[in-house]
Amino acid sequence: MTHSRRFDLLAQRDINKETFVEPWPEAGLIVADSPYDPAPSLTMHDGRVQKMDGKPCEDFDALDRFIVSHALDLAIAPEAMALPAQDYARMLADINVPRAAIARLVAGCTPAKLCEIMRHMNVLEMMMGLAKMRIRRTPANQAHVTNWREHPALLAADAAEAALRGFAEVETTVRVARSAPLCALAILVGTQTGRPGVLTQCSVEESLGLRLAMKGLTSYAETLSVYGTELTFTDGDDTPWSKAFLASAYASRGVKIRFTSGTGSEALMGRAEQKSMLYLEARCLLLVKGAGSQGVQNGSISCIALPESLPGGVRAVLAENLLAAMLGLEVAAGNDALASHSSIRKTGKLMLQFIPGADFIFSGYSAIPKRDNLFGGGNFDAEDFDDYNVLQRDMQIDGGVRPIREDEALAVRKKAARAIQAVYAELDLPAISELEVEAATVAHSSDDMPARDLLPDLAAADDFLNGETDFVAVVRALQDRGFADIADNILEMGRQRIAGDYLQPSAIFDADFRVRSAINDANDYTGPGSGYRVEGERWNDMQAIPQAQSPAGFVQPHLGGHISRLVELGTAAKGTQKEVVLALGPAFGRAMGFTIGGLAHEDVLQALLTGIAGEGGFARIVRVYHSSDCAAIGYVGARLSGSGIGIGLQSRGTAVIHQRELAPLNNLELFPQSPSLSLETYEQIGRNAARYALGRSAQPVAVKIDNGARLRLIVKTALLHRRETDEVQPQTPPQELRYDWEPAV
Amino acid sequence: MNNYPLREHAAETLRAHSGRPLHEISAEAVSAGEVSGADLRTHADTLRQQADIARANDFPQLAANLLRAAELTDVPNEELLRIYETMRPERASYDELMRLADYLEANFSARENAAFIREAAAVYRERGLLKR
Repeated sequence: MTHSRRFDLLAQRDINKETFVEPWPEAGLIVADSPYDPAPSLTMHDGRVQKMDGKPCEDFDALDRFIVSHALDLAIAPEAMALPAQDYARMLADINVPRAAIARLVAGCTPAKLCEIMRHMNVLEMMMGLAKMRIRRTPANQAHVTNWREHPALLAADAAEAALRGFAEVETTVRVARSAPLCALAILVGTQTGRPGVLTQCSVEESLGLRLAMKGLTSYAETLSVYGTELTFTDGDDTPWSKAFLASAYASRGVKIRFTSGTGSEALMGRAEQKSMLYLEARCLLLVKGAGSQGVQNGSISCIALPESLPGGVRAVLAENLLAAMLGLEVAAGNDALASHSSIRKTGKLMLQFIPGADFIFSGYSAIPKRDNLFGGGNFDAEDFDDYNVLQRDMQIDGGVRPIREDEALAVRKKAARAIQAVYAELDLPAISELEVEAATVAHSSDDMPARDLLPDLAAADDFLNGETDFVAVVRALQDRGFADIADNILEMGRQRIAGDYLQPSAIFDADFRVRSAINDANDYTGPGSGYRVEGERWNDMQAIPQAQSPAGFVQPHLGGHISRLVELGTAAKGTQKEVVLALGPAFGRAMGFTIGGLAHEDVLQALLTGIAGEGGFARIVRVYHSSDCAAIGYVGARLSGSGIGIGLQSRGTAVIHQRELAPLNNLELFPQSPSLSLETYEQIGRNAARYALGRSAQPVAVKIDNGARLRLIVKTALLHRRETDEVQPQTPPQELRYDWEPAV
Repeated sequence: MNNYPLREHAAETLRAHSGRPLHEISAEAVSAGEVSGADLRTHADTLRQQADIARANDFPQLAANLLRAAELTDVPNEELLRIYETMRPERASYDELMRLADYLEANFSARENAAFIREAAAVYRERGLLKR
């Protein structure tokens, strides 16, 4: 078969490393609207549900029963089910309908009804819906901090940096389950070094997770997984009742919880029962709500590549985020696990949560490099920090992080590493050496860390978990070793546990430990001028990327270089010979001395004159004062030229060969890419101008095409042009110049 | 709800599970060795207040969860872990679950949890989720 070279190239692109499949509803490989999904219905008798989504109550599985008993508001359900799905869809997209009006009705919707609403919405409408239905007004972000060495100093340093970067929650997990207590400890100490009030968790098996929370090592738990079919749920070794009990157990110890669901898990576990991913997710979300979880981590999470292999997958993931928000749940919106090989695709997908905002735009932005991410995550990672900050700055959108300077990062990393070193020493854990502290301060990944002896660390972790040493001992250790501020922050996390304010929906803390939740920071978006706005201090913070320069500095290197031999004679008159008129911009060789490419104006002038002389031509030089525009300057040159040929030359180096008969914006040859122009090119421009003047033909001057030049230099281009424009004198006619120099031809 | 956040508006009324008032849980007290782990556990009354706040703000399921949580504040850690384990699929017989509910009700006045576990037992029996 014949191969297209273009198709060969396309086949090598990152996007073609993905797997794309056609839908197969029987295997659960369909993101929404499976032909086997039920139609919405709810039949009640004497206040009891007889039938839900086409299934009579005697056929209810455990999940249906839980939904009916705990999730659905049966008082509102008749009204809610009677309202057409399209009406809901329109209310969601309508800025004039407030969040509460929709939430009231959604409380009575069955899973199939929720899916039917989504069927009427495109992604733009869903984004409008998410911006409004998100329960907390202020968006935020969560970080993943792990490393494959499970190095405590590196964990603490990375957690500190993540906290400084503005993440409101930091989640860790482990390669070896036994190391969990010490990893959780490192994250706790690290975050409270970087920014007080960051919530932390360690994702491990449910019972172990609860033990860590009881010890005060974590302040929230997120991986309470639920599934949309009964068999998957029990494969996950839980029932809705055991999960709900676990949620209460956490709350009884003052720990925030969030459940985990997400499209694709049932299909991945082979038990989708022919239902679409979104329908099963709608069931999950009602289970989450019914269990009394304040929120959910969804957006497909670790299964993301599965919906993304199918048509409409990314849309369905947004739909599940929106459904969760409609149900009054805090949403940590996914974007965590690797979703694509293609930067374009992963960024495109991110926009669906980034632009409307979510309680947590990521349920784990990898604040460490991918290869250190033990969640299988890192869709966006530490190497994308600058890109992400620029996205925020570009769109004036709060993505929940802030730019930081290198010196700030190094300072908190070192302090955190020292603090965990001190805690280890005080609690008699295996020592962390100076070398390890130094390495963690500057490290990017585990590869930069010295190896630790894992066996003593694991033994110490076991003792720590089973022994009496707890949170209070950690606070004391920090006090005794001169880290009173970090000790205070950790102690305040404990006091907040007693107050329980952060058990309310979508709670985070600011750096002053003020809680911000759906209770005191409720989303009140009703269109322009309402809701969360990026402004004031936060906008200033987001703008201040360390890469941003003062624009004034761009011009300085191009000033000076006055050409003393270039003398002004008086008003220029029209010539009568076969000359080339070289028309200079108002600042050329005067206020400015160098082109954008760094060539001295005098050298450029000589190159042009050499070229003209080389073809047997001769030149007059004039200065244009009334305009700084290249075409206008060249046009003046042509009009003053006896041959009708002029060269226009701006101070930044842009040149044009003009002919009198042509309209001002037409020309013989234009050289707009001044950064690429060399002295040889200028000489060639001079030669061609002379040939035109003498009535000979000329091959257009070959110039290098560099489409990146404008991208790199546009700010400088604008500022140099502005500087030249400062020299414009509108009333001054073109002046004849004398340049006391002869080309060596 | 005008007393939310409690940490800000009702700090003087807050106390730990141990009974120690919040303001006594200071850096100095920790340094002097006067604070124990129990002083950093949540009090049932606080969770009930938070439940009221959740209900008043239209989060009724969260409120119910916080009420169940309030009942569990007196249940020791190890016991809490054991109860959770018992409620997982195929761990307990119907009678064991019913006895667990009775036990929680009798010893911890945990009426909400007891009702919740009895409801679970009935569903588990119908759906084959009891110990085989």
